[in-house]
Amino acid sequence: MKILELKNIHKSFGEKKIHQGVNFYLEQGETIALLGHSGTGKSVLLRSIIGLEQIDQGEVIFRQQRIDQLDEESYYPLRTKISYSFQNAALFDSLSVFENIAYPLFEHTKLNETQINQKVEDVLKIVNMSQAKFLMPSDLSGGMQKRVGLARSMILNPEILLYDEPTAGLDPVNTDMVIDIMNEFKARGFSGIFVTHDIPAAKRVCDRFLLLRDGKIYFNGTLEEFNHSNDPFVLTFGSTHRSRHDVP
Amino acid sequence: MKDLKAGLILTGDILDFTKDVFTRLFSKPFYWGRLFDQIIQLGLGSLSISIVIGFITGLVMTLQFGYGLAKFGGTLYVPAIVSVSLLRELAPIFTSLLIAGRVGSGISAEIGAMNVTGQIDAIRALGTSPVRVLVIPRVLATVLTLPLLATLASFTGIIGGMLISYIEFGMPAGFYANKVLSTIVFADIFGSIFKCAFFGLVISILACYRGFHTKEGTRGVGNATTWVVVRSSIIILISDFFLSKIILVGFYQ
Ligand SMILES: Nc1ncnc2c1ncn2[C@@H]1O[C@H](COP(=O)(O)OP(=O)(O)O)[C@@H](O)[C@H]1O
Ligand SMILES: [Mg+2]
Repeated sequence: MKILELKNIHKSFGEKKIHQGVNFYLEQGETIALLGHSGTGKSVLLRSIIGLEQIDQGEVIFRQQRIDQLDEESYYPLRTKISYSFQNAALFDSLSVFENIAYPLFEHTKLNETQINQKVEDVLKIVNMSQAKFLMPSDLSGGMQKRVGLARSMILNPEILLYDEPTAGLDPVNTDMVIDIMNEFKARGFSGIFVTHDIPAAKRVCDRFLLLRDGKIYFNGTLEEFNHSNDPFVLTFGSTHRSRHDVP
Repeated sequence: MKDLKAGLILTGDILDFTKDVFTRLFSKPFYWGRLFDQIIQLGLGSLSISIVIGFITGLVMTLQFGYGLAKFGGTLYVPAIVSVSLLRELAPIFTSLLIAGRVGSGISAEIGAMNVTGQIDAIRALGTSPVRVLVIPRVLATVLTLPLLATLASFTGIIGGMLISYIEFGMPAGFYANKVLSTIVFADIFGSIFKCAFFGLVISILACYRGFHTKEGTRGVGNATTWVVVRSSIIILISDFFLSKIILVGFYQ
């Protein structure tokens, strides 16, 4: 079943055309990789899905409902179901790790303090950050911040998680942890879009591979099709984009 | 011509933003805890400096008027002149300019830094409204505390005047107090509160608006604070003239 579908998305910033007819869908329970050179509009596309950016034309459909024309207030409940994990983690720097992760719980649930504490501890265990509960974001390394950011975006059990380069700039150990987290989330039946330059990482998580080029989806296929593609662009992409290029 | 157009567009944007703030003010959720935090931070944080400013102004004014009027045998009028000018103009204006510098720059720097680091987007992405979470508590806190601070500054200024009147001109404190109380009317206090509430709105709205529109990283944050302090100070001074006129016509005749 299609849980999310993008139809003919167009988006420009002033004269600069970013998306010129993006089409794809996401099946329930699958995680797809969204690849593409820097600046092709991968982040803008994820942001458009949850209305952080306004698209100029096209449709975003979530569970058979159009969501691209909502006003800002109507997006709020939706954003608990489709969650965005930021490229730079975007933690609240005046709040502790615990407060950052608990923020969505305080806002959107009626849980009491004990229950919230329990939930936060559970998710901290999943992202391997239990020891950092009372630290401030400025005390954390980039990799730890990303894991906290992931924890914060999963705490409400969203149906879809949009990962914006979750492994960018991470060392192999942190990368492995993030991949495990994503697979854990996938194993629970949730769906995801994994924006990355890190092809090996994507291959460990994703069922399908999409390539964004010149404002359109240039390639859309399974891991098998991606591996065996003869298309020159797909080939260069696969061979030139390794994680060492993957610096934001 | 181009500047005029840009200025009009900006004004329109700021008014739209103000409308956004007011429409969300009366719908849930409302963050009492955050409002309380801001009142403590903005209000208590500016308390001592407001007291000092009011007190010093009172001292200086009394000194100047005392010697100035002594030549014409008008020392008796010092309590009335000092208290009325403090209450109606000096304390509101000085306190508001001070708050524009202290609180206005603080708000725009904080929100601006959150904006350039993606934290405003994070608030939205987590299904909450930056206007409710950040703006409304700051605007309300400024609008509520600035009039109180200005009133306090007037009061300490009048006390300062009492001190100087006694020390320099040998005027008994009781006489001074009597003169002050028989001069001040309710409209003086109300006018001060009204003006300061308006100035508080101007400062906090400009600061929040500019914070949300901060670009270009750290330098942008610096530009934003300067912008807010300069603009809100100018607006305070200009609108003071018109507000004073309105209050004079409306409440003293
Ligand atoms: N708010 C904005 N205003 C203007 N241009 C933007 C804005 N956000 C992104 N862009 C531009 O859109 C293009 C795509 O950006 P982005 O989606 O971040 O790329 P990436 O694929 O690397 O994630 C970039 O050229 C960027 O400069
Ligand atoms: Mg990006």
